[in-house]
Amino acid sequence: MSNPIARPSRLAAVFERCKQEGRSALVGYLTAGDPDVPTSEALLLALAEQSDILEIGMPFSDPMADGPVIQAASERALEAGTHIADVFALTKTVRDAHPDLGIVLMGYANVPYAMGFDIFSERAKAAGADGVLIVDIPAEEGNICDASLKQHGLDRIMLLSPTSTDERIKLACACASGFIYYVSLNGITGADMGDMQGIQDKVKHIKCISNDLPVCVGFGVKTPGQATQVAAFSDGVVVGSHFVGHIPQADNKADICGALSVSAASMRKAVGAIA
Amino acid sequence: MYNLDITHAPDEGGHFGKFGGRFAAETLMQPLKDIEEAFYEAWADEDFHAERLDLLKNYVGRATPLYHAKQLTAAVGGAQIYLKREDLTHTGAHKINNTIGQGLLARRMGKKRVIAETGAGQHGVATATVAAMFGMQCDIYMGREDMARQMPNVLRMRLLGANVIPVDSGTATLKDAVNEALRNWVATCEDTFYIFGTAAGPHPYPLLVRQFHTVIGQEARAQCLDQAGRLPDVAVACVGGGSNAMGLLHPFRDDASVRLVAVEAAGYGLESGQHAASLAKGKAGILHGNLTFLLEDDEGQVQGTHSISAGLDYPGVGPELAYMFEQGRLELDASTDEDAMEALQLLTRKEGIIPALESSHAIAAGARIAKSMAADQIVLINLSGRGDKDMNTVFKHLGWVEDAS
Repeated sequence: MSNPIARPSRLAAVFERCKQEGRSALVGYLTAGDPDVPTSEALLLALAEQSDILEIGMPFSDPMADGPVIQAASERALEAGTHIADVFALTKTVRDAHPDLGIVLMGYANVPYAMGFDIFSERAKAAGADGVLIVDIPAEEGNICDASLKQHGLDRIMLLSPTSTDERIKLACACASGFIYYVSLNGITGADMGDMQGIQDKVKHIKCISNDLPVCVGFGVKTPGQATQVAAFSDGVVVGSHFVGHIPQADNKADICGALSVSAASMRKAVGAIA
Repeated sequence: MYNLDITHAPDEGGHFGKFGGRFAAETLMQPLKDIEEAFYEAWADEDFHAERLDLLKNYVGRATPLYHAKQLTAAVGGAQIYLKREDLTHTGAHKINNTIGQGLLARRMGKKRVIAETGAGQHGVATATVAAMFGMQCDIYMGREDMARQMPNVLRMRLLGANVIPVDSGTATLKDAVNEALRNWVATCEDTFYIFGTAAGPHPYPLLVRQFHTVIGQEARAQCLDQAGRLPDVAVACVGGGSNAMGLLHPFRDDASVRLVAVEAAGYGLESGQHAASLAKGKAGILHGNLTFLLEDDEGQVQGTHSISAGLDYPGVGPELAYMFEQGRLELDASTDEDAMEALQLLTRKEGIIPALESSHAIAAGARIAKSMAADQIVLINLSGRGDKDMNTVFKHLGWVEDAS
């Protein structure tokens, strides 16, 4: 196998492909192991069919940046006995089925910290992840993870928000690779989207500073209409709570899978539509 | 009277050795930096201290007494026991020292609303009190389980005009209240100041909380020199997150002869798996914005804790205490629920002082330590709060009232 660092990253290839198709990328999120590992596998595979990038959430006991929908997902996954080994195994299954899909592991610092970032990065890479997004490791604290991620050829996805100053945007862009995840609102996942014009202005501004790094927008995208609007000025649209919200709505795997597939297909169509 | 120098400061990023830091979501990074900047600016401003110290004196009732507990000393046998009477402050616990400081900071920054987490309710009451005085809107996040066991404080907060928001997520205790307050703050940071209650959380909170509480140790140090003509041999404080401990112990850090002891909640026993002893039984991890000792499983999932006192029922500990422990400057001790309950009754019967259950952990350990020492030695214990709020728990424990839960 060739050195993964020497190849252009898979995430870069995903954005290039979307650009050629004249559309924005759909970034779909689900928490691994929600509501249990076997169902989660089916759901992740179903969402992967429609997504350009899949964000796989690593369940955590204290998801401080998440709203009620994704908090509940973490609780269900942990309740069902999901371990970090399951997260890697699910990642591997999705990777084997979708060689070109971008895969990002998303979560909170304490889970990879407990494992050790070196071992975590090695296992994440081996499972087929392309990048890692840790909500509570800002650029300033990067020295606990940056070297390990880099050594294993993993992109570090950085968050930016409406409160990010120019200084912070530069700081985040300097250590980010893969893409920038712009949090569209001051709030938690699944809250209501703010003023679209304001989001567009900030994304434009970030892109001036980000030096060609793609910018995806998330937190609060709930309808295909919103997805289309966001797609018009961003490189990718992240949809999380809206997808996760299907899980407690039905009690059997087939029904959840069906609802998720329909919803993902409509989001996929929306990011390709012209606003 | 007070020394306003900031000694043993963290590095620029808020690290105490490898501990501390600012492990926060991006949205909170700038608000945290704004608070840090406002704090340093205020701390250098004489007017800020003039107002703060005037409130501490005339509103809170500082300096609090240092009391030579002769009856307790006689009952225990051994070293002379001195109690720092934070229980005599306005609102009944040390927490008000910090809420006055952060409240003034909030007003200085033009914030109209304050929020806080609370465990035992003492920090919530102290925050609601300051909010009432400053005319600010106030929302307090409290685990539903803690609300049940600290109902008098819930009602006091409401009477003070605060909105108490029950938290049902996770274990429905203090850590979950912090999560929920953080979630709210992310959405409201433009007009809202988060008055953090303990010497933990993301930088600059551990520094802020420590600085606002060092009045405890500074007074105790001067009072001990005045009354006993010497420094104590041991200084003892209970530790949940570490606010009263940092407040008492910090001013003694450079006194090499003074042993510093942190007393954790051993719950049903340190080997029971049901306790809140993060320093004794935890390992380094990241929660609520800082790297510190945490009670967690092998995969980094934070564990539920147990202590009879809601204020100590927290799976982490302030990062500076983690650092002092790692450096060998801090000794650990632990008191069980049973130890605390016995110490509460002992102090009540011998001295006519009813301590909070949190402080009772320190009393129990302080008495154990005093017993092993000579009569010409001194043990200083921080009596961080009064026990009024715990009467339901105590009466139930004694079988005097029906346990409704």
